[in-house]
Amino acid sequence: MSTATTTETQDLAPVSAESLAALLVAGERPPRPSALSASLTFGWRAILKIKHVPEQLFDVTAFPIMMVLMYTYLFGGALAGSPKEYIQFLLPGIMVMSVVMITMYTGVSVNTDIEKGVFDRFRTLPIWRPSVMVGYLLGDALRYTIASVVMLTVGVILGYRPDGGFGGVVAGIALLIVFSFAFSWIWTMFGLLLRTEKSVMGVSMMVMFPLTFLSNIFVDPTTMPGWLQAFVNNSPITHLSSAVRELMAGAWPTDEIAWSLGWAGLFIAIFGPVTMRLYNRK
Amino acid sequence: MSQHPSAVAIETAGLVKTFGDTRAVDGVDLAVPAGTVYGLLGPNGAGKTTTVRMLATLLRPDGGQAHVFGHDVVREADEVRGRVSLTGQYASVDEDLTGTENLVLLGRLLGHDKRAARERSGQLLDAFGLTEAAGKQVKHYSGGMRRRIDIAASILNTPELLFLDEPTTGLDPRSRNQVWDIVRAVVAQGTTVLLTTQYLDEADQLASRIAVIDHGRVIAEGTKGELKASVGAGSVHLRLRDAQQRPEAAEVLRRTLDVQVQLEPDPVALTARVGGGAANGQGAAEQAARALAELARGGVVVDNFSLGQPSLDEVFLALTGHDTHEPKDEVAA
Repeated sequence: MSTATTTETQDLAPVSAESLAALLVAGERPPRPSALSASLTFGWRAILKIKHVPEQLFDVTAFPIMMVLMYTYLFGGALAGSPKEYIQFLLPGIMVMSVVMITMYTGVSVNTDIEKGVFDRFRTLPIWRPSVMVGYLLGDALRYTIASVVMLTVGVILGYRPDGGFGGVVAGIALLIVFSFAFSWIWTMFGLLLRTEKSVMGVSMMVMFPLTFLSNIFVDPTTMPGWLQAFVNNSPITHLSSAVRELMAGAWPTDEIAWSLGWAGLFIAIFGPVTMRLYNRK
Repeated sequence: MSQHPSAVAIETAGLVKTFGDTRAVDGVDLAVPAGTVYGLLGPNGAGKTTTVRMLATLLRPDGGQAHVFGHDVVREADEVRGRVSLTGQYASVDEDLTGTENLVLLGRLLGHDKRAARERSGQLLDAFGLTEAAGKQVKHYSGGMRRRIDIAASILNTPELLFLDEPTTGLDPRSRNQVWDIVRAVVAQGTTVLLTTQYLDEADQLASRIAVIDHGRVIAEGTKGELKASVGAGSVHLRLRDAQQRPEAAEVLRRTLDVQVQLEPDPVALTARVGGGAANGQGAAEQAARALAELARGGVVVDNFSLGQPSLDEVFLALTGHDTHEPKDEVAA
């Protein structure tokens, strides 16, 4: 590293004092960017990061494929007679589960990113403060979309046929992404709150496993004991997966959509301000 | 960009920041004139970075007040942010992105449209000699290149006040000189620079006024000349032939000059400050001559003698009673 440093430095062209002076004088101060523009710019930053480190798409490609294959063939025969029958029921749910699980990587990337020097610069810019976090989530929304499309493709190959057609599928995925965007604010909070990447992962797992498994994703809750039904039937994940399932099946489940969006609004209302408070104090 | 010559860029009064039981910044008063380089000089952990972070709106002060161009750093943080740029101690650019991407990103965040951001980035990369590296990720840059892209990012919009937090730490001498040239060019265009450094020669080279910070307090403040004069007009450096004679030589110097004598790590070397308060109206050279005569009379053999301006190291030593925690051989007089 140090040897490379010296050789490169010697090759470095000298700084041009005249052009520098001209640039400093010419500096025109444009108006501040709007909240939307700043957020989109940070979203662009997230996409650039994906471009430079495409390996990070592994968790939105290989992981979802694995989830679909694993649960379809593991439970299919026992629960629905055959994997092909089961996937009609499972696919929307497993999409919800995988995408909601992927949201936890938001916390990890916020946690590792926030300590870097570039955040000092972002925080000394006169911009809408939450735009940094919104930018992350916009980049993540792209990841969620990729994961959804990948799973849908695998599902169709395995025999899943959505009765809702193209419109129903798009509506289902859109609802899932809106919910995941809102849900991610929990992880931005933990990403800022906890000290290490490992503890962020640990907490995320503690939340995600019970929340996604204790739902109607794999089985109909009517077979569960009453106390568990009480939890499962009121879980936001159950509402979301019912909504997505029915949308993709061609129905319009107003109640379930309202519940899902209501939960999404609640997540943003609670964890958004907490995240920003932590961010401002960091 | 021209500021009123008497304008004040930074004004702080009793600025305090505590971390747990530690008072990292313990009542700092500063008045930084606009359009100059102001040096915050102090060893590691003196509170320089914490002070800068408060002024740059990154940390909330626990006590006291700070104004940047008349705007309160807490209550009018946004006004302050619109006027300052920060080049932090660690590269304040995104290492995963390329040079161009970094500058375009920041250009957009500063409100430029895509075309203007691209154009300005290209010009800056060109002026900083980074055109060839423009498409490379910053993590592959050398230390000198990182500093350049970092400073380039700070002047995307010509700031009224630029914070440079230890801009040359870890750089080789050549890159360090290049950074100094950039700083001079930036100041020449009217930007005020607050420079923190633990290198005394850096403050000496760039800053017109210096505040010496130790344990979160300003222990001395003034122009370079004032600081040096407060310690003494000059230093006499002596090298003796025989290390055995050093205590005797020190005693003679102390008696004749009525000043503190510093024993150097080299067993035959010693330094005395001359021309301070007890000068009896004599100039530094006369005092030195008197001391030499006394030494000769006492039979102390002096091999080498020099009279020079006190270095900032000596200033620091005189002010704090301890050195700057630097290896002694770097403390060249």
